[in-house]
Amino acid sequence: MVDSKSPGGPPMAAAARGWAWLRRNALPIYAGFAVAYMLVPIVVIAVFSFGDTPRDKLTFGLNDGFTLEYWRTAFSIPELNDALFTSLRLAALSTAISTAIGTLMAIALVRHRFRGRRAANLLIVIPMATPEVVIGASLLSMFIYSSFALGFSTLLIAHVMFSISFVVVVVRSRLIGFDRNLEEAAADLGATPLATFRTVTLPLLAPGIVAAALLAFALSIDDFVISNFSSGTTVTFPLYVYGVSLRGIPVQVNALATMLFAVTVIAISLVLIQQRRAERMAAVRPEAIRPEAAAARAT
Amino acid sequence: MSLRQRLVPYWLLGPGLLWLIVFFVVPMYFMGELALRSGSLTTGFTFTWEWSNLPASLSGHTEQIVRSFYYAGAATVLALLIAYPLAYAIAFRAGRFKLLLLFAVIAPFFTTYLIRTIAWKTILSDSSPLVGVLQTLTLVPPDGRVLATSGAVIAGLTYNFLPFMILPLYANLERLDLRLIEAAKDLYSSSRQAFLKVTLPLTMPGIVAGVLLTFIPAFGDYINAQLLGGTQQAMVGNVIQSLYLTQRDYPEAAALSFLMMALILAVVTVYIRFAGTGAFMGGKDEGTTDG
Repeated sequence: MVDSKSPGGPPMAAAARGWAWLRRNALPIYAGFAVAYMLVPIVVIAVFSFGDTPRDKLTFGLNDGFTLEYWRTAFSIPELNDALFTSLRLAALSTAISTAIGTLMAIALVRHRFRGRRAANLLIVIPMATPEVVIGASLLSMFIYSSFALGFSTLLIAHVMFSISFVVVVVRSRLIGFDRNLEEAAADLGATPLATFRTVTLPLLAPGIVAAALLAFALSIDDFVISNFSSGTTVTFPLYVYGVSLRGIPVQVNALATMLFAVTVIAISLVLIQQRRAERMAAVRPEAIRPEAAAARAT
Repeated sequence: MSLRQRLVPYWLLGPGLLWLIVFFVVPMYFMGELALRSGSLTTGFTFTWEWSNLPASLSGHTEQIVRSFYYAGAATVLALLIAYPLAYAIAFRAGRFKLLLLFAVIAPFFTTYLIRTIAWKTILSDSSPLVGVLQTLTLVPPDGRVLATSGAVIAGLTYNFLPFMILPLYANLERLDLRLIEAAKDLYSSSRQAFLKVTLPLTMPGIVAGVLLTFIPAFGDYINAQLLGGTQQAMVGNVIQSLYLTQRDYPEAAALSFLMMALILAVVTVYIRFAGTGAFMGGKDEGTTDG
């Protein structure tokens, strides 16, 4: 604590300096705490995947020390494997469908002026502003009375439905900053509309589409609420976790969650690095890449 | 323009709009129809224009509805208080760590929602060191719990929807023209005045978007209440889920879902009217929630 017995003395000055430092850096310190707060559960999940905790109760701490047991046996629970596989298949299919459909919609909304554009925009925004439980409940209402058999197909329908809006929003933001002169140049150089789309538009849109697809995949693989209403007896990864959470989760789930986290982080880092490199390549002149070319020209 | 050219946007929109109409709009109609049925699971539900289902579902679950407003509201305010300084720091003070910090902020999205909520359950459980510390600090009575209290549910909601608050705020702050703040300072405003009169009004669209993106899902959430709360912490979402999936009282469940949707739409409309950018900039409302 601050020594206040000697006013004006060194301790006071130090305290004042400390206080000034604290004031100057209050924002970064606060931000540091906030980021730490965001990461706490992730760290807890990772640490627990190495912890030999009794299976039947949720205790805090690593009771019996460090073990790799649960990483080794991560894929040894058949129901868990099935659930994970179902989730991956579902996410892959729903990402493919929603990204394709959503990209076309984004192109229509940004590139064209047409009757009903406002209504279309509204229809895209409203699902994002609807609580998941209402979306799930309404889908179930329809499935009940149209005697749709609940299962993988209803899950796919639901996942594509809630992903579309997000895909449109992400791709649209990329399209708005799009330099259309490039397409005109291609057309001037004799490219057919299809060739222009394939060789100019699509590559330039690619980062937006990739980002949209990643988001759609993440939304699908993580979804619990809507899936809970439309799954029937099909079990996805989150549904499995929910099912076992009532009687204590196998530690392998923590190992798998950590693995999933690591894979996602690596995938996204690769995409980011690739994009940065592409941008840098586009910005530099040939000399920068091949110094000998510049040297040759100089002599 | 030829007819063929004019049809292009409709062809592009077609599949997506069809999907949204068949699997979003039509289900809403079915839910509305279901809400007006009467009967029981054993006798079957018949459509009888049973309007009384709506007020009945309101009066039967007032407690949970009020609680949902309270929890989601508290979580939204907390998230804003945490997110604004953080987004500000990332936008202006992070330097070369900007990307890394943004990454850290969305990192929770890369672990399953349920699993991270379960992790919070562990962190807040009775035997956890955190609860011990809180007890030593007398923030929690010596024999008190954290789990199964309102505080735990609000903390969980705040945590889970925080990225939805940070991202729009960051996107807005990032675009802020710093010269305007410099201009304010040149004209002898203090830092506080510059913040209140320049930065805050200019970031209002981000705040409005963040508040909506946090409040709406928090209001409808039932995972946090179920995992972190006890029986005294049930929210509307919990009731709807249990009515639909456990008790199978479909008409009441549908009526309550409809009511929830209507309440949210009402709150959002009022909110945009009063807190929209128009109120702060003195101009017309700019419709800030879209994209």
